[in-house]
Amino acid sequence: MTMLRHRDPPRWGDRRRPALLVRGLHLDAPLMIGIGLLCLISLVVVYSASGQDGGLIAQQLLRLLMAFMLMALIAQIPPHHLEFWAPWFYGLSLGLLFAVMLFGDEGKGAQRWLDIGGFRFQPSEMMKLALPMMVAWYFADHQLPPNKRGIAITLLLIAVPAALIARQPDLGTAMLIVAGGLSVLLLAGLRIRHIMFFVMTGAALAPLVWFNLHDYQKSRILNFLDPERDPLGTGYHIIQSKIAIGSGGLYGKGWMNGSQAQLDFLPEQSTDFIFAVLSEEFGLIGVLLLLAIYLFVISRGLYIATQAQDTFARLLAGGLILSFFVYMCINIGMVTGLLPVVGVPLPLISYGGTSMVTLMSAFGVLMSIQTHRRLVST
Amino acid sequence: MSSTIKDHIRESRAFNERAAIILGLVVTATLILFIRLFYLQIISYEHFITLAENNRVAIIPTPPTRGLIYDRNGVLLAQNTPSFSLDIIPERVTDLKLTISELTKIISISAEDLTRFNKELKQKKPFMSISLRYNLNEDEVATFAIHRYRFPGVEVEAQLIRHYPFGGLASHTVGYVSRLDEEDLKVLDAPNYRATRFIGKAGIEKFYEGVLHGTTGYNHAETNAAGRSLQILKRDLPTPGQNLYLTVDSRLQQIAETAMGGFRGGVIAIDPRNGDVLVMASMPTFDPNLFAAGIDSKTYHDLQASPDIPLYNRALQGRYPPGSTLKPFIGLAGLENNSAKVEGATFCPGWYTLKGDSHRYRDWKKEGHGYMTLDSAITQSCDIYFYDLALDLGIDKMHDILSRFGFGARTDIDMVSETSGLIPSRDWKRRARHQPWFPGETLITGIGQGYTLVTPIQLATAVSTMAMKGQRMQPRLVYAFQDSASSSISLLEPVKKEPIKLSNPAYWDQIIAAMTNVVHGPHGTAQGISRNLPFKIAGKTGTAQVFGIKQNEKYNANQISERLRDHALFISFAPADDPRIAIAVVVENGEHGASTAAPVARKLIEAYLINNTPPVPQNGVKP
Repeated sequence: MTMLRHRDPPRWGDRRRPALLVRGLHLDAPLMIGIGLLCLISLVVVYSASGQDGGLIAQQLLRLLMAFMLMALIAQIPPHHLEFWAPWFYGLSLGLLFAVMLFGDEGKGAQRWLDIGGFRFQPSEMMKLALPMMVAWYFADHQLPPNKRGIAITLLLIAVPAALIARQPDLGTAMLIVAGGLSVLLLAGLRIRHIMFFVMTGAALAPLVWFNLHDYQKSRILNFLDPERDPLGTGYHIIQSKIAIGSGGLYGKGWMNGSQAQLDFLPEQSTDFIFAVLSEEFGLIGVLLLLAIYLFVISRGLYIATQAQDTFARLLAGGLILSFFVYMCINIGMVTGLLPVVGVPLPLISYGGTSMVTLMSAFGVLMSIQTHRRLVST
Repeated sequence: MSSTIKDHIRESRAFNERAAIILGLVVTATLILFIRLFYLQIISYEHFITLAENNRVAIIPTPPTRGLIYDRNGVLLAQNTPSFSLDIIPERVTDLKLTISELTKIISISAEDLTRFNKELKQKKPFMSISLRYNLNEDEVATFAIHRYRFPGVEVEAQLIRHYPFGGLASHTVGYVSRLDEEDLKVLDAPNYRATRFIGKAGIEKFYEGVLHGTTGYNHAETNAAGRSLQILKRDLPTPGQNLYLTVDSRLQQIAETAMGGFRGGVIAIDPRNGDVLVMASMPTFDPNLFAAGIDSKTYHDLQASPDIPLYNRALQGRYPPGSTLKPFIGLAGLENNSAKVEGATFCPGWYTLKGDSHRYRDWKKEGHGYMTLDSAITQSCDIYFYDLALDLGIDKMHDILSRFGFGARTDIDMVSETSGLIPSRDWKRRARHQPWFPGETLITGIGQGYTLVTPIQLATAVSTMAMKGQRMQPRLVYAFQDSASSSISLLEPVKKEPIKLSNPAYWDQIIAAMTNVVHGPHGTAQGISRNLPFKIAGKTGTAQVFGIKQNEKYNANQISERLRDHALFISFAPADDPRIAIAVVVENGEHGASTAAPVARKLIEAYLINNTPPVPQNGVKP
């Protein structure tokens, strides 16, 4: 096992398969098509949601371009290099999270940004990538399915960054981080009794968590349970969002014709609530198309994971694609009133640069895993 | 090695099983989302489309009524009057360009109105009304009413705007409101200003903005798909702002402004017992109604560019050399510090030199005053005596006593844009000028020249303190708030400041006696105002140089331009033995304190203490 991981065998994938351009560039064509379609949908819906703001679209296009370049760059890095750097990357991200706690900039009442030489970024976004890498790295060398010790260490690896992010306070991102770490753990093979244990502990800890939440977070959960509680405050968002989605019907009201969206009844309509705009203007048909593309991307990701050649690559690919799916579920669940409003963007569709860059980097990793194949021999 | 491979294959197979389970989970979760969406979009479609199309609730903010401003006797100084504007709802107008050009034929619409309208047109939703013209007069309202049928989507709307019935009276004190702009919203509690069009930009209107404004209310209106309101479902009424009662007496204010006789300058009158500011005048005044009505840029520019700087509140912002009005305070410093100079008499030959320096510091009286005591030096305003005393005291002791009277610091009156003035010290000079303190500067500080700069409000509070023999009161402009809804009044208590305690209280009497002699003594510099009074006035004249005269030059008022003539000052209080009013008058380029400034004070004292018949309060409120 160890020997295998440190060897540098010849590549044979390029010889065996037709020499597609994308393959030569270490890109994966099916993923590229899926991501491309999602980004296209994003531009179309953001244009409508932003009140036909061409400047915004130009900005988003620029970000997309940069994110694509970053993805292509990461796809060039062979998985075993990623494996080598995983603990360092995790350490760096954790250090930056501590730095945010100490010197971070505040925006909208939360301390999330770090300013290094005039360049602002959110270390919590780095952690979205670093944590699955770290957990996969850990299991690559340990017994699978994991024993109690392995689970405990993994949970610690997850809990420290999640606590730091929740403290900023950014509960939404903290949840996504946890989802990312747990995804890898789940793929590493959890026993039913361990899962049961988690559920029980979670139920026991819930009251403790409740009392440590910020007021706005509590009110979000209460409003989720009963939106009528505060129809003009936070509950207003869910009500308006449901009206937007429901009134879209089967075919939708047409592009740029959603009255809920165009008359500003929807909150955060270019970002967290973009799904409501899409549902209102393109109806259930549009929603089905979006879900189909998502499913396609996720299936392709899972396929890449099953085809991966070592434990690290497998767990990482699986974990990343599973988190992608969880992001999507949380956002759509939130906008449709199934889950609390936690402030999570719809992956690849919501307007905004930071999450886009993270997601594209993750797809870069998936492509690297798919395209850097090695001969497995003994 | 073979076991590793076996492990690897087994592991890979196990992973594939898990991946299959995960795929199952993914599909299940997506299915749940799909079912939820199917429920929302297909099953509940009718419900939601009704909500969206016909039954939306829009929340429309309604502005609170701004609090009124009364003078101390209940005379209304700022009120709200209806004003008519010509409003257009763009989406109801078929051809906006044509409509506007047709409107121009019956109602005058300036280029500036159009620019503002077009700017708002871009920012607002098409169903929101935008004002094309403000302040329509009655004729215009009538003209439009006749032609109204031709203009669907155009309405004349009434709204309350601020009106100042006395125009320029106490314009700097009352201040004005002006149209709210984006810059204001950055520093305000923006949600509470959603519907507000005007905000206090100067004076009391600005300082008490938070009290006067009130709380915005909300109408919950049922709107149709285009966002037009159909009916009001629920009203959260706005809470009107509170009314304010100023300490200012508008009758006295009027007298003060008239008495200034066209001169620029500032007048402050204070009730020394409680710090109530009875008069705060800054001349020239301006008409605050210009701002409330929506000032056009040319008028505003003219006001800004005028050499008389009418928008500047001289009473609080004007920094003047105090001249001889500082002498009673320096004299008090001499007494308190047991200076040898205040015991005997000093000979005044008309000039003074420092040892080892040939520079002659001159007295305003060229031939000199002869032998001077503290009393006669204040009464006749002898400079030489105070040069000598200042040198004996030194700058540190003078700085100390002047600071205790509040010179060189803001009085913290409830008003915007007060300046602090300056009382020089060694420290200040080292910091600001990087130079040591020179003895010559000590001399001229003793007669209120040099670096020393004071504001009229500082002079007035300092002379109040003198009148009250050390008891300092915080000057104030508002003495009561009135809740608009319940009409209940809450009075504000006067605020005492740290008093000045002297080692011997008799020193106060000594200075006050000298100040009384300034007005009533045979040689007093202000004896011109002493006639026919049943009580005595204590005062001190001052003349402040606007520019320096060279050593061998003679000050010739006729030869120098009006704006370079000396400033005239006068501080006073009355009755001298039972002070009820303390006054500071600064007349810019008024030349002599006795001839231009003192008569203003005399008129105020006469009006306040002799002919005082306050007007009948308009709403039964008595201070």
